[in-house]
Amino acid sequence: MKYYSIIGLEVHLELNTKSKAFCGCSTQFGNAANSQTCPVCLGMPGSLPVLNRTALSFALKAALALNCRISNFTKFDRKNYFYPDLPKSYQISQYDKPLSHHGWLDIEMGDSVKRIGITRVHQEEDTGKLLHKEGEPSSLIDFNRSGIPLLEIVSEPDMNSPQEAYEYLTQLKAILEYLDVSDCSMEKGSLRCDANISISDDPKKLGTKTEIKNLNSFKAVRSALEYESARQIKVLESGQGMVQETRLWDDNKGKTLPMRSKEEAHDYRYFPEPDLVPFTFDDKEIESVKKSLPELPAQRRKRFVKDYALSEYDAKVLTQDKALADYFQECAKNYNNPKAITNWLLSDIAAIMNTKLAGIKELNLSPLALADMLKMIDANVLSGKMAKDVLIQMIDTGKTAKDIVEQKGLKQISDDKTIIEAADKVLKENPKAVEDFKSGKEQAIVFLVGQLMRHTKGKANPALANKILKERLGAM
Amino acid sequence: MESFQLTANKLKEEYKNNKIKPQDTVRALFKHIDEVEPKVKAFAHLDQNEIANNVGANGRSPLQLSGIPVAIKDNICVKDQLTTCASKILAGFKPPYDATVIEKLKNAGAILFGKTNMDEFAFGSSCENSCYYPTRNPWDTSRIPGGSSGGSAAAVAADETIMALGSDTGGSIRQPAGLCGVVGLKPTYGRVSRYGLIAFASSLDQIGPITKDVSDSALLMNVISGHDERDTTSADVAVPDYTKSLVKDVKGLKIGVPKEYFVEGIDPEVKTAIEKSIKVLTGLGAKCEEVSLPHTEYAVSVYYIVATAEASSNLGRFDGIRYGYRADENKSMISMVAATRGEGFGQEAKRRIILGTFALSSGYYDAYYLKAQKVRTLIKNDFDQAFRKFDCIITPTSPTAAFKIGEKVSDPLSMYLSDIFTISVNLAGIPAMSVPCGFTKNNLPIGMQIMAKPFDEETIFRVAFTYEQNTQWHLQKPKL
Repeated sequence: MKYYSIIGLEVHLELNTKSKAFCGCSTQFGNAANSQTCPVCLGMPGSLPVLNRTALSFALKAALALNCRISNFTKFDRKNYFYPDLPKSYQISQYDKPLSHHGWLDIEMGDSVKRIGITRVHQEEDTGKLLHKEGEPSSLIDFNRSGIPLLEIVSEPDMNSPQEAYEYLTQLKAILEYLDVSDCSMEKGSLRCDANISISDDPKKLGTKTEIKNLNSFKAVRSALEYESARQIKVLESGQGMVQETRLWDDNKGKTLPMRSKEEAHDYRYFPEPDLVPFTFDDKEIESVKKSLPELPAQRRKRFVKDYALSEYDAKVLTQDKALADYFQECAKNYNNPKAITNWLLSDIAAIMNTKLAGIKELNLSPLALADMLKMIDANVLSGKMAKDVLIQMIDTGKTAKDIVEQKGLKQISDDKTIIEAADKVLKENPKAVEDFKSGKEQAIVFLVGQLMRHTKGKANPALANKILKERLGAM
Repeated sequence: MESFQLTANKLKEEYKNNKIKPQDTVRALFKHIDEVEPKVKAFAHLDQNEIANNVGANGRSPLQLSGIPVAIKDNICVKDQLTTCASKILAGFKPPYDATVIEKLKNAGAILFGKTNMDEFAFGSSCENSCYYPTRNPWDTSRIPGGSSGGSAAAVAADETIMALGSDTGGSIRQPAGLCGVVGLKPTYGRVSRYGLIAFASSLDQIGPITKDVSDSALLMNVISGHDERDTTSADVAVPDYTKSLVKDVKGLKIGVPKEYFVEGIDPEVKTAIEKSIKVLTGLGAKCEEVSLPHTEYAVSVYYIVATAEASSNLGRFDGIRYGYRADENKSMISMVAATRGEGFGQEAKRRIILGTFALSSGYYDAYYLKAQKVRTLIKNDFDQAFRKFDCIITPTSPTAAFKIGEKVSDPLSMYLSDIFTISVNLAGIPAMSVPCGFTKNNLPIGMQIMAKPFDEETIFRVAFTYEQNTQWHLQKPKL
């Protein structure tokens, strides 16, 4: 029997405003516990929230970039539940009048484009963080995160495979990074994702869904969905009924496990937050934010294809990472072979980023430095092979290619005289190969070039070495 | 008259003329308090040493409240001072910040004069729901002073302070002011910042003055009113000088008297007192007509849904984790929170939390909370309509004078009905004042309520001042 997966994603995003959503405390990450708190974000009695308009304008930007309809009238609601990291015992969120709704996002699967609906984008606030110490009978709470503005982005259940979910998240993250409204870091917890999945043998009918939590990377989202879809199919085929439940992904075991049901039995008792007056966006404000939206990944990709004659694929990979695309552009200003820049960025440099788990910004390699190195290849100062080593050293030491070449004497030998001398020596030492070449074995030249490179410690310009060897052989 | 019996305005004159100093006032008050407080029990916390140590001003500075003692209801945060809402669950709680009104009082030179007793979290109309002790009515100590600001009203009536602040969610300033024979004003919602007022029902709560006369009320309103950036529900509307409204002139003023407020259950003595009071005003040139506020009968029901719903959410934060009382129970986080709330909240608090939680529960929200909000709009519309024709509306503050301690404790519904005339005002967000307007045969004070349209406290002051200048009720003192 054929089964269909139906997947919807709920993404929580910490906005990178300087101050919190409802008070003036700093949102900086990584400072001493509870050093960024005040009566408001500690939920002290008598304190009142005051809306941070910047957070709201960030939310508006994101909603518009995700093609959402903006509600002219919107309000905040209280979501009530007890938990020690929630100091007011309610989260200020948005319930029946979210600030935006009915958006969409296009993803590419192979050659086809699929449009994923976005149900709503609304603003809320983050909770504090519980710190559990192994073996201790009590836990501690850090409220630095309490009250940081969050966006909740809820998709329609429009995705039909774990890979589509992965693509959706990748696209979403790219867009949000371009808007510069969030760090979008799953490691720091500024981007979090919960997934809903159900399986059905009828694409028009929704099955019983499970919600998966504790997903700490996009890969984990994909793996968890793959596992969960297989598990659900097994349950269905065994004839057992599916249970609607929340399950936790265990990355080490590669499994989802049911969460204790007690923790999910919530009636949030939403009602309008009486401490904040409802607010409106006028059309002018919406229009002006719309106009101020930066170039988004899809637009940039088109421009890269057009302006730099890149392939669709290269342009897509480059523009998905805003920092990388910015880097490329900067580099291209100083070096006019975009294809070469792309090749280096997407092969050697990408490999280094992967090993170091670093972004382009953390690599200690300025776009200008890369441009200069590429120019040295064109000028025959470096061979491609030498450049690969030089690049690694540049990243390790932060030195320029020029410095490295000079200090290590790595400079490519491109003057005829030195190479002619070396060629004559090689021909003299290898009469057998010379004989072979003369008798028609063209391949012998490869051996001879290799010998020449050995003599020059790899510094000879390979093309020049080839050319001169052939000339000398011809003259023999 | 002795200094502690004076109004704030009189006391200011005495200070100005160098007749007495704030230290003298405070000393006289302490002496009087030592005599009467055991009978009245108006204060929840009163640290005489601390107050004495902090009386610095000589009273001649130009500040509006220099050297004037102001008692504060125990649900308004005062930095580093006990602020407990008369609840065990806030035992020992000293906020690290001042409410906006407290900052304003400090800047105006006032002497913060202790924290007054109240119904726990302002839940009640009798001051019996305090975790400490019930406060007693200075006019008859076997009776309640009203609530929830019963401590503030009793302290002002018994001359244990010069002025006081209360808070009013459904009548909590006006009803005790009426029952204790003093002046209590609930300002327009948004007129006074709520920052630092421990919330009961956020969409209804307002802080307001309880004073010995109308002039003092205007003086205190001048200090505490105004927009506050920390409270986005406070209105950015210019604050007039209320003392300028203290004029003896009601000629041509149109008074509406709602027929729905003179129904069964109202004490005939109260009814008569109000009718006589209206005659005083019409005798001075005001015009009086009957008006209808047709949705009045729903006010109590609407109120006990909206107010308890908001309260159930506002009181969730008292979980024993970060401050206040924590139960000695540590099997799990949930059991600790449950035990803390079980032991920390009193009966009425629990009743309202449960009511409100129910009203907001999924499946009931539309039938209760949402419907109540719709009816609330109808009640507000009634007032909008009435104020198109009338400058103010006059009603009794309460259907009866003060009842006996214990009389209604076991009957919450009849207790709730003692706020029947004050609740609509909070639902509509309009201002209203209770002024003394007579006494029953048993010598218990009767209050008259004057309502006006939003941000028109000025009309209330004009009517109340004119009435007061033409009557003697506010000059009566209880014998303790």
